[in-house]
Order: sequence, then C-alpha cells, then structure tokens
Amino acid sequence: MHTPTTLFDKIWDAHVVKHAEGHPDALFIDRHFIHEVTSPQAFDGLRKRGIGVFNVSRTTATADHNVPTKDQHLPIKEALSRHQVETLRKNCADFGIELYDLGHPFQGIVHIIGPELGLTLPGMTIVCGDSHTSTHGAFGNIAFGIGTSEVEQVLATQCILQYKPKRMRISINGKLGKGVTSKDIILYIISKISASGATGYFVEYAGDTIRSLSMEARMTICNMSIEMGARGGLIAPDETTFDYIRGRRFAPQGEAFEKAVDTWRTLKTDEGATFDRELDINAEDIEPMITYGTNPGMGIGISHHVPNLSEIPESELASYTKSLAYMGLEPGMELVGKPVDYVFIGSCTNARIEDLRQVAEFVKGKQKANGVEVWIVPGSVQVANQAKAEGLDKVFAEAGFELRDPGCSACLGMNEDKIPAGKYCVSTSNRNFEGRQGPQSRTFLASPLTAAVAAVTGKVQDVRAFV
Amino acid sequence: MSKETFTKLTATAAPLPIENIDTDQIIPARFLKATTREGFGDNLFRDWRYNADDTPKADFVLNNPTYTDAQILVAGKNFGMGSSREHAAWAIHDYGFKVVISSFFADIFKNNALNTFVLPAQVSDAFLAEIFKAIDADPHTPITVDLANQTITLANGLNESFDINTYKKTCLMNGYDDIDYLLSLKEEINRFDLAHA
Ligand code: SF4
Repeated sequence: MHTPTTLFDKIWDAHVVKHAEGHPDALFIDRHFIHEVTSPQAFDGLRKRGIGVFNVSRTTATADHNVPTKDQHLPIKEALSRHQVETLRKNCADFGIELYDLGHPFQGIVHIIGPELGLTLPGMTIVCGDSHTSTHGAFGNIAFGIGTSEVEQVLATQCILQYKPKRMRISINGKLGKGVTSKDIILYIISKISASGATGYFVEYAGDTIRSLSMEARMTICNMSIEMGARGGLIAPDETTFDYIRGRRFAPQGEAFEKAVDTWRTLKTDEGATFDRELDINAEDIEPMITYGTNPGMGIGISHHVPNLSEIPESELASYTKSLAYMGLEPGMELVGKPVDYVFIGSCTNARIEDLRQVAEFVKGKQKANGVEVWIVPGSVQVANQAKAEGLDKVFAEAGFELRDPGCSACLGMNEDKIPAGKYCVSTSNRNFEGRQGPQSRTFLASPLTAAVAAVTGKVQDVRAFV
Repeated sequence: MSKETFTKLTATAAPLPIENIDTDQIIPARFLKATTREGFGDNLFRDWRYNADDTPKADFVLNNPTYTDAQILVAGKNFGMGSSREHAAWAIHDYGFKVVISSFFADIFKNNALNTFVLPAQVSDAFLAEIFKAIDADPHTPITVDLANQTITLANGLNESFDINTYKKTCLMNGYDDIDYLLSLKEEINRFDLAHA
C-alpha cells in the first residue's frame, strides 16, 4: 500500500541521485542562483580544480547585495564593491553563466527576480548562497540557502550533499484582522517558537489563511522561515500559484504550461502523512507585530509591552538584558508612541510590487513626519518600473520618501545605505541583529503597513488605529 | 582535493557565554567584500572587538592576552544563526580556532564550519556550563577534543561525547571534501540532468 507522504518528502525523494547508508543524500539541484558576495571563492575553487560548471543553463546570476542604490548607471565608487561586482562579471563571462547585471532590466534581489522571471517553479529543488532562498518555497518547491563551499559543489556537479531534515507543519486557519498582514503572521510564528525553534526542520505552511494569501504574501512568510532556524519553508501550489506563473518570461508557455500545471496539481501532502512536529495557529490571535530585541524571535503584538524581567527564564536573562541595552529600551515598556528616525521599506521580504502598493495606498496625499528619513528600495528593476507605471513614484515623492534603485541596501548595510549608530529604524526587512543595518543601528522589524504609518507619524503605532 | 585534517586537539579555550550569536556578529556584512577566503580573522567579531574608532575594546575576550593562544571557542546556545555567509566560518578558522563548542548550532553554520575544517562540537547545556566554569577557574585550563572517539575532556577529568555524522567525520579526519565524492557520481548526475530538463 502507498504510504501517505509529505510534499517535502515527495520533492526530496524525486531528486536523490544517490542515497547511501551513513552518507548524506546527493541531491540534484534544478535551479541555482548566485550573486557577487558568496560566489567568487567558489569560482576560484573551480579554477584550482581545473573544472567547469556542470550545466550553465541551471545557474542564474545577479548583482544585488553590494551594489549602490543611487546612480546605478555610473561606475561603482567604492573600490572593494566595484571589484566584487567586476569579479562576478568576469566569472560569469569565463564560465558562461547568464548575468543580470546592474542596468539589466531583470536585475534585482535574487529572491525577487527568480519568481518574477518564472525561473522559480513548483516541484523544483533550488539553492543559492543566501539564507533567504527559503522565499522560493512559496511556489511549492524545496529551496534553501547554502554556504560558498556548497555553491562550488553545485557549480561543479549540480548536486549538493545533504541529510534530510525533519518535517514540521504549521497550519494557520481563520480570518486575519484589520491591518494584519503576512509579515505579521510570520513574525508572530517566530515569536512563538523562537529564533531557533525550527532548527533541523523543513516547514510546510498550510491552512485556509495561507490559501487566501497572494503569492507575494506567501513569499514573505517562506522568506523568514530561516529566522526560526528552519532551513526552508514551502506552501503547496494552487490556482493562485499557477495564475502568478502563467506567462512569466522563463516559465513553460502555452501547451507546455498546461501540461506542467497538471503535474503541479499533484504536489501536495497526502492525507494522513505524518510530520515530526505540528503547530496550529489561529489567525484571529495575530495582531500587527513589531520586534523589540536583537533577534527576530523577540517580537510582540503591538498592544503588548516589552517583556518584564520576571517573564524571562533565568538562563536567558543575561542575553535579554544585553539585547535591551543595545536597543536602548526598558523591560515592561510599550513601543506604541516610540519615536523613530528612519523607515526602510525594502529587502527580499517586503520589496515586491504589492508591498509598494500597500505603502502608497496609505501614504497617498500624506507627508512624512519631520525628522524621519524614509527609504524605499524596490526589489528589482521590474518592480521599480511597475511602480513608476502605476504612478507610485509620484506618491512617494510627494510624501518626501526617497525612492532608490534596486538592491539589498539597508537590509544588511553592506553598501553605504546604513542606519547611523543609535538611531531607530522601522524596517520591513528580516533581521534585527546588532549592527545588521549599520554599526550600533537599532531595528524594529515590522510590516510595510506599520512602516508606512511610522513614516507618516514619526512613531511606532498600532496600524489598526489608522486603516 | 585534500585540505587540512582534524583528529585530536588539546588546547586552551576562549569563552563567549552569549546565546544566539548570529553570523552578522561573527563577521559583519561590510567586511564581506573580499573575493578570497583569507584575512577574515582580522574582523572576527569586529563590532564586539573594536570601537568605532578601531581601538580594541578592553573587555572583549579576544582582546584579553590570557586567551591569545586559545584554539577552541566556547560559545552560548544557538551559535551561528542567521546569514549563510561561510565567511563566518572562514573568519573563525583564519583567526586560529579549530573547534567551536556550543550546546546548539544553527544548521547552515554547522555545514559551513565542517566544509572549512572547523569542528562544531555540540554538548549538553550542563556540560557547556561545566566548561565555562572550568575556564573561569583557570583560563589556561587545557581542553581535549578527540574526534576519533568523539569526546571532549576537561583537565578535571569531566568528559562528554558529541555527535557527528560518520561521513563528515571521515572527511575531517582524512581531508576529503564533498566535491571529490560528488564528482565520482558524474554518470548518475548526467542521467538526472537529462530527466529533469
Ligand atoms: S534583501 Fe537582505 S535578506 Fe534578502 S538577500 Fe538581500 S541581504 Fe539577504
């Protein structure tokens, strides 16, 4: 008899080139994305071994992490950054890999361009030298981040050696409240299970709340799977998925597409399949969320207060106190009303067109608060162009927001887009680690809507009072 | 392609009893601009180690001369979470650490460390506390990490075994890397490549 199987197992098992006792599985990789920061040493490795890329058509490159977000048409000013991007150009040219370089209409944050170009498809295995590769899982595939040695493995052999992780299912059911978005769902989940609670697992997100979400919103959830330690997260594909993919540049077209959809429809977890861990969440319990600490698990519903010392387990007190001291916050305080200095709307978590539309809809006809700097960094050239076509650029300009060129920007503070020491930033990105957005910067992670309200009022707010 | 190997080490350890140390602390993004694997050790724990004006922070463990010779890093639970940057493992290796001991490691970091020939040895919370206690009592106390027997032994005789998968253990002890193994599967991979076109 056929044993009920999880979607994760189905896709994994279909990609195992070799399974040997005591060995990790050799897993075939359908699609590989690379960028300028984590690939140069991998290409060096190939040169040292005197080998080429196994199948160049399965790897796509872009420059995103270390690029300026102003005047992208000019040569990069900073010497080391310029060298890194030039190295990517040379490596792609030498090895024959397609590169969406600065100035190319397909350039953008790697996890934004894969889906929008139809390179990311259901049923695939996808890797990239970046932990937020989990984003692609929203299409019903196995996608996870890897290190540079593994990038070299994939370039050389189109395979990666991995032990199969355990499986977790998180089911979210019920209707989301006013002002609550997919970013709030994932921040809520992480706050419940902690920044390491899903380490060793691959997560499937299920339930009717997930089904009701757009692809953009699903990507936001899968994107942050890594922030609870999970290697990746996936969502079974459905009509919403197929509608998104239809007609995309590199997706199957016409009859081939219809045939592919027939196969994709079979990609779901069987009734009765078992997971190593199951979690049920009621969507009605979720409020607009905000983080107060220095890892993404340190988040609260906006009506709650920063935990008191008495609410923290003894063993975690030292880390907790250190974290609050870094953030300049007190135990027990409320965050509503807290003045902020910067608002960053961007990153692979929330820089898709839907995010920009949501911000623009709220901001239209309003002005940013005095003393707040607001940066909007679209996730890709295509997102930027779409925003212009819809006139969102004018809304942002009138509000006093700065609309920049696509890239990772202040999400990781690698280029000059840094939040200054001691300043508070409401950010739509995914990490609030110490110094993540610049040395001594202080990050409040939140949804694009919460960020938009903060931009206009200059404070952390409960968006439910504004929408 | 063989690199280095790891079998057994007796050395002193630098204690970093902080939980959830993420890879942005190990090596901040602004130091990821190099295109080679070398030199990242200079910026290991950069923002904990140096002030904004690049002067060393006297109270940070790596600036304490007592720990100059340490080859083992002992850190709090959930070490290496966050970004997949292998540069974090390179920085630890380049600085001179051969082993990181913690009571929990993030997945990607663990793989990256193993691929960099840095041994991530996971011990119980209780044993981790014993190690911190031993270093506290004597900063020069030697710790022995024996990969063949998968044990960690303190000078006072306390010891605990740690898990590591057999494949990676063989790789570390013999200097093998994954690409050598995968290249031997070329025929099978070719068949997959065609079937998944
Ligand atoms: S936007 Fe941020 S999280 Fe996403 S790929 Fe870029 S640096 Fe990584």
